[in-house]
Amino acid sequence: MNNNLKVLINGVIKENPIFVLLLGMCPTLATTSSAINGMSMGLATMFVLICSNMVISMLKNVIPDMVRIPAYIVVIATFVTIIEMVMKAYVPALADSLGIFIPLIVVNCIVLGRAEAFASKNGVFASIFDGAGMGLGFTLSLTVLGALRELMGTGRIFSINIYPEQYGSLLFVLAPGAFIVLGYLISIFNKLQHK
Amino acid sequence: MFLSLAIICLTVAVLLSQVNKMTAKPIAEARAMKLQNAIGEVVPAFDNDPVAEAYSMPVGTGDSLLVYPAKMGDKVVGYALNSSSNNGFSGEIQIMVGFDMEDRIINYAVLQHAETPGLGSKMTEWFKNQEKPSQSVIGRDLSQGTLTVSKDGGNVDAITASTITSRAFLEAINKAYLAYSGSKEDAHSGTTEKKITESSSDKSGRIKEEEKNNE
Repeated sequence: MNNNLKVLINGVIKENPIFVLLLGMCPTLATTSSAINGMSMGLATMFVLICSNMVISMLKNVIPDMVRIPAYIVVIATFVTIIEMVMKAYVPALADSLGIFIPLIVVNCIVLGRAEAFASKNGVFASIFDGAGMGLGFTLSLTVLGALRELMGTGRIFSINIYPEQYGSLLFVLAPGAFIVLGYLISIFNKLQHK
Repeated sequence: MFLSLAIICLTVAVLLSQVNKMTAKPIAEARAMKLQNAIGEVVPAFDNDPVAEAYSMPVGTGDSLLVYPAKMGDKVVGYALNSSSNNGFSGEIQIMVGFDMEDRIINYAVLQHAETPGLGSKMTEWFKNQEKPSQSVIGRDLSQGTLTVSKDGGNVDAITASTITSRAFLEAINKAYLAYSGSKEDAHSGTTEKKITESSSDKSGRIKEEEKNNE
């Protein structure tokens, strides 16, 4: 159990997918225009990560080495399709605002990366914890990034007014803001970690 | 090797078909709900089912719009039209616009767009601002002439820094008006309205237009 907890925290801090591994930059930069978008993107990815890690670690002895990548992709794509259909059915507004980035989780390198690097070598429970840790790290980073961009761009966090909108800078909602905020967050994260 | 991959694919296919079966109905309901809300927003109170009575009305060459007639009793009180433009800043702009029986715009709702947030995306509110009659399109009588942005010598103030979006938006409105006048004439002459099933033909028309734009 202690070991599993270590795996979980490892995903959030030491191997944080955004701030340390710099994986999955495309959805990170594109979907964090507001806190709620960033968080839901993170949660969707977390669901896929946990499920695909679990299934792949269960199947690791059944899948021959030569076809492992196609097999992993099929498993990952299945869970992505499931979450896409569920989101369209029950939270259509959110599905609209995330758009193409939900199906694109399939090609997110965190998911395949964890399947190859962790789930195919470890037990089921450890893999679930690894998926949860990585997913949590991804979700937290995306939420922070989205919240900061929303705050500086529109004066709101989670659509709650903090200061009047006209003092916000539109730059932060647009693409350049994503790079600027991400850069500063990575440097702060590094500074804190090396202390 | 092939066998294990085939087994995985087969299991996955079964699982996905089950999930699809479970979510197909809520997805359709959510879509119908969105459409209903948009129609309700842009026409006066009605007691028929505009979606069931929808028909497509050709505009220009090879394009047609879906028309949703709103009726109170047997009398038509307004039309909601699903119009679109491909000349926006990015991607297609789809709007629902409602007309009353005197060629005036009652209201509009933006169904889908991918314009720049904070600039072009303001169109969802900009053209409704009643305090600024020079930028609002609500209540405009289109029989006096179609709408153009003031930069092109027209009478509608474009969104600040988003003239392209504004032009595309007005293009969609004007296209809707064309279909609206066609519907009104048809209603007068008593031509039988051809009912169609929702969206299928509309979509193919749109794809054709997209191809045209890409050339």
